[in-house]
Amino acid sequence: MNRARRPTDLALNRTGIYLSPTDGPAVVEGARDAPSSPGCARALAEVRRQYAGEVGLIGHMPAPASLRVVENVGGAVLRRHKVHLLLDKLGERLAFERTGVRLFDALMAKLEAQGSWDRGPTLAELAQFRADEAHHFALLQDVLINLGADPTAITPSADLAGVELAGIVQVVSDPRTTLPQALHAHLVAELVDSTSWEQLVDLADDFGEAALAHKLREPLAQELRHRDTVTTWLKRHAALVVGGTLKYSA
Amino acid sequence: MTLDLLREHGTPLARQVFTWKDLVREPISKLDDEAFTRVRLIVGHAVEQAAVRFQHAAVRFGAEHRLLLADIRRVEHHQATLLRWLQPADQSPLECSIAVAQAAVEVGAQIARCEPDPYVAQALRLGLLEDFDHLYRLAALMDRLEGRDANAILQSYTDIRPGRPTAAQHRAPEDDLRRWYDRYATAPATKLHARIAGAIAYQARDHYLDVGPTFADPVARQLYAELASVKEQHVTQCESLLDPAETWLERWLLQEAAEVYLYWGCLSSESNPRVRAVWDRFLAYELEHLRIVRELFEKTEMRDASEVVPLCFSEPLQFAGERAFIREVLAAEADLGAAGTEFVPRDAESRATQSYRAQLERDGSPSETVAAGYRWSPGTELADPRIRDASVLPPLKATGS
Repeated sequence: MNRARRPTDLALNRTGIYLSPTDGPAVVEGARDAPSSPGCARALAEVRRQYAGEVGLIGHMPAPASLRVVENVGGAVLRRHKVHLLLDKLGERLAFERTGVRLFDALMAKLEAQGSWDRGPTLAELAQFRADEAHHFALLQDVLINLGADPTAITPSADLAGVELAGIVQVVSDPRTTLPQALHAHLVAELVDSTSWEQLVDLADDFGEAALAHKLREPLAQELRHRDTVTTWLKRHAALVVGGTLKYSA
Repeated sequence: MTLDLLREHGTPLARQVFTWKDLVREPISKLDDEAFTRVRLIVGHAVEQAAVRFQHAAVRFGAEHRLLLADIRRVEHHQATLLRWLQPADQSPLECSIAVAQAAVEVGAQIARCEPDPYVAQALRLGLLEDFDHLYRLAALMDRLEGRDANAILQSYTDIRPGRPTAAQHRAPEDDLRRWYDRYATAPATKLHARIAGAIAYQARDHYLDVGPTFADPVARQLYAELASVKEQHVTQCESLLDPAETWLERWLLQEAAEVYLYWGCLSSESNPRVRAVWDRFLAYELEHLRIVRELFEKTEMRDASEVVPLCFSEPLQFAGERAFIREVLAAEADLGAAGTEFVPRDAESRATQSYRAQLERDGSPSETVAAGYRWSPGTELADPRIRDASVLPPLKATGS
C-alpha cells in the first residue's frame, strides 16, 4: 500500500445518492410511487419467533475427558451444569486467545508493510502481545486438562466466539486496510476479551475456586493492558492526523 | 443387504413437493452431529447439482422430453436446496471447505477402493491423493489465519498431513484426459463411481470458486484459486472417463441410478434421525425418477434398461473412515503423475505439464506458502510449545521502531 494514500483522502466514492443528481431523485420517485409489498416488518419477527420455538441448540458440551471434572473441581463438589458453565467459558477464552495470536500475526505483517507513527505500535510490542495471547492459550489448555476436560473440544461458547471474531479476522487480514483501521477492529476483540476475562475470574470466585481465580488474574491484567494500549495507539494516531503531523516510519 | 430397483416403490412425481419452510429446516449441529452426517449432506448436494447440470445440458443439446426434464429437474433443484440448507450458519466458509475436502477424500477413497476397473481405480486414486493434500493445506490456512483446529470438523476420521503436493498437481489439459470406459464391457459400478466422483469434484470446484473471494487475506484468496484450478482438472478427468458413445438417455438413466445408489448408502448409515428421514424421503423420490427414466429409455431406445443399470444394488456405500486405505495409497502412489492418458512417475511428466506448472508458479505457490513448515497438532500447531514460543519477529529486525 502506498503510505501517502489515506482512506480519508477524497476520491470517487459512488455509494451516496447525492452523487447522482438525475438518477437519485428518479429512484426516490420510483420507490415513492410504487405500492409496497403487503404487511409490515413485523412479519420477519413472526418467522424468527416460529423458528426459535422449533429448533434446538447450536450444540452442547462434550463429554469430559475424565470423570474428575464432573465429580470434583478443586475439592468442591459442584452440580454438573455449573461445572459445565465454567468449562464452556474456559473453552471460549481458549478459542479467543488462539485466534488472538493469529490476529497479532496479521497486525505484525501489516506494521511491517506500512510502518507505524510516533508512539504508535512497534513490532516488539505487537510481538509481546502475541506472546501474551499464546501464553494465555497454553495456560487455559493446562487448566482444562487439570479439570479433566478436553482442550481441543469446541464448546458452544467457543463456537460462537469464532463466529464473533470472523469479521475482525477479515478486517485485520485485508491487505487494503490501514494499520489504524486494523487496530480499530482489533480493539473490538480486546474490549470483549478483557471483559470476558473479568467475568471468568468472577465465575471462578463464585465457584469458590480461589486458586483458579488467582491463576486467571494475571491474564486479565495483561488483557486490560492490551485494551488500554490499543486505545492509546488509536487516540495518538487521531491526534497526529488532527494536528497535521502524522508521519509513518518503518 | 440389497436394494431391488424394480420392486422398490418410489414417491409419485406429483407428490414430490416442498414448502419454503420444508426446504429451510433446522440445520445439523456443527458440534454434536457426526462428521459423516455432514459428509453425506455434501455428497448428496453434489449429486443433485450434477443431476440439474446434466438435465439443463440435455435440453441445450436439443433433447426431446423437455417438459419431463423440467419437472424432474425442479424436484432435483429443491432436493439440492434442502440438503445444502441443512448446513449450519456457525460453520464458517473455511470450515465448509474442510468438510468439502473431507467428503472428497473419504467418499473418493471408498469408491476408489471398491472400483472394479483397475484403470478407473487408478484415476480415482490419483484424485484422492490430491484432495488429501488440499485438506492439509486448508487445515494450515484455518490454523494460521483464524487460529482454529480443522480436526473439530474432521473428528479424527481423516489424517491431516501432506498428500501429493498441490503444487505438483497442476497438469496441462492434455494430461488430465483419461481413456474412457467401454459402455458395453464396463461394470455398472464403474459408471456410477465415475459419476459420483465427477459430481464431488464439480461441487468442490464450485465451492472453492464461490468461497475464495469472500476471504480478505491474500494467501487465502490465492490458495482457493489454486485449489479451484485443480478441481477443474479433476472434473476434466472424471468426465473423460465416460464413454462418449453413451446416448443422452443412457446417461440420464445412469445419473438417476447414481442418485439412488448414493441415497441408499446415506439412508443405511445415517445416525441423525432427522437427516435419516430426509434420506428415506429422497431415496423414494429418486426411485421414481429412475423408474420414469427407465420406462422412457426402454420405450425410446427399444433396449432393456438392465443393459445399462443393474436390477439391484448389492452393497451400499459405507461412509466410514478410510484411513488405512488412504495411507496405503499415499505410501505407494504419492509420486505419481500423468502424461497423456497414462499414469507415470512424476519425473516422467510431459514437457507441456512442466511448462504449464512453471508458468502458474512463476510468482510463487500459494499452497506451499500457506503450509510452509506446517505440522498439525491436536488443538492447532500453537499447541506445540516449539511453534507457540518461536520468535515471530522478522530476520535482522529484532525490535520494531
